[in-house]
Amino acid sequence: MKATKAEPPKAETLAIRSGDDVVRVRQRVRALAVEIGLGLVDQTKIVTAASELARNTLDYGGGGHVHAEIVQAGTRRGLRLTFEDQGPGIADIDQAMTDHYTSGGGLGLGLGGAKRLSNEFHIASTPGAGTRVTIARWK
Amino acid sequence: MTRIDGAEVLKRTLADDEAAILDAWTLSLREGTSLQSGRIREAELQTQARAVYRQLRDAFAAGGLDADAEGFAQLRDTLADISRSRAIQGFTPTDTANFVYSLKPPVFEALEKAHATDAATLAAGTRAASRVLDRLGLHTMEVFLASREEVIGRQGQEIAELSTPVVRLWDGILALPLIGTLDSARTGVVMENLLQAIVDEEAEIAIIDITGVPTVDTLVAQHLLKTVAAARLMGADCIVSGIRPQIAQTMVHLGVELNVVSKATLADAFAVALRRTGRKVVRQQASIEGRG
Amino acid sequence: MDRIPILKLGGALIVTIQVDMHDRLALALEEDLTAMIARTGARGVLLEISALEIVDSFIGRMLVSIAAVSRVLDAETVVAGMRPAVAITLVELGLELTGIKTALNVERGMALIQARLAEEEDGCGGDREGHEG
Repeated sequence: MKATKAEPPKAETLAIRSGDDVVRVRQRVRALAVEIGLGLVDQTKIVTAASELARNTLDYGGGGHVHAEIVQAGTRRGLRLTFEDQGPGIADIDQAMTDHYTSGGGLGLGLGGAKRLSNEFHIASTPGAGTRVTIARWK
Repeated sequence: MTRIDGAEVLKRTLADDEAAILDAWTLSLREGTSLQSGRIREAELQTQARAVYRQLRDAFAAGGLDADAEGFAQLRDTLADISRSRAIQGFTPTDTANFVYSLKPPVFEALEKAHATDAATLAAGTRAASRVLDRLGLHTMEVFLASREEVIGRQGQEIAELSTPVVRLWDGILALPLIGTLDSARTGVVMENLLQAIVDEEAEIAIIDITGVPTVDTLVAQHLLKTVAAARLMGADCIVSGIRPQIAQTMVHLGVELNVVSKATLADAFAVALRRTGRKVVRQQASIEGRG
Repeated sequence: MDRIPILKLGGALIVTIQVDMHDRLALALEEDLTAMIARTGARGVLLEISALEIVDSFIGRMLVSIAAVSRVLDAETVVAGMRPAVAITLVELGLELTGIKTALNVERGMALIQARLAEEEDGCGGDREGHEG
């Protein structure tokens, strides 16, 4: 199988330290989503989810980074984003996933909303050590 | 006892008995069902067989038994192209796989003839042939299936787009007559088409008519509600029409609350839409007198 | 610091959001609008967002909060021109734009605001046109 093997999967890591970084994350995620040929609605969904999670990383995690990679499963291509911070972590993930739950001043739609906007969603958190959220959107 | 290199044995046989093996292979291909289906001409089949054989021989010359190795790259590409065209032409999986697998008996025969007295060499050669040809056969099937999936995916997309026509009933009033079962992939396309049409036509009201939808489950109801909510965010209203009595009952039993304006028929919904956009339909004077 | 310009047209304030909103810009807009409504006595605020490629919960919250503050100052907020993809995403996100009216474009949005102004001049409450977001 020629084309698929030769192409190295694309990946990049972006720091999330300020509000401007959140905008930059949105722009990079949009560019990658366009590259794998996601439709306009799917692009908007993953960019919005990225925006929510990047802001979580900044506001609740005290900053961190996102690792964005183009992934391939059979004939399908997708975009996977992993947000990581070394912040206080989340003690009760189930509670944090509930809509309208918030520990900050937000509307509390961040995690649940990001999950609804993605095809895959994983969250791992250790209180005191940090949080890692992974989402993916498939073409 | 010295180890016999199966690849070497096979390579020699493929080179020495090329004419005989090719003849037997094309004969078995000719007798196969591929030709009878009329999807491919004999000449083409033979050209393909010859090309594959040549590349197989060259791949062995480059060395190795690993069909995934670099030396086999050209052969894999050729087989992939053949499989892809088979998939598009509508061949059965058996016909496609048999193209490679029908090469095995002639090769085995040639090996037997060459090493009739040397069981160890024969076994090594046969093992080598099996290993390589089986792998190549699997490769053709993988490509075949991937191509079929692609075709099916594209058709699904086309059907979804074809089956969701948004029609303009009046200035600023759209209708979306839905027919058939709604799954979430199709509803996604429906939703996008309708919302885009609302922008393009600057429509204030969109009527979603579900007379032709046999069942509405919780998921479909949710999709409808989401469409209505999204349209509202854009500044347009939706009316759902044609909810059949059974569907209405099911929905109530399921506890699905369709919290939107709904009308029994498309005509009723259209009348509401006209009224809301400040219009009304009146009967011409003449025809009333004519009837009276 | 960049600020988003606010235009006054009759009894309405018009804001066209053309840039990728970052947080400071959003907060500045909220402040500026509040001050401007108070100063001009505007009765309607039209937010044109057809250039916005996404509305996340932060921007959504800004819109809701602008609408709430405006209402306290007796002005009505209309959001115009939301893109289909943005609307679908907002619904999926679960964000409700409570208290916000929506319109397909600036023209329709202005018509909504003007209808309200005309109604009040006539002194009758009447049936309100438009859509709650």
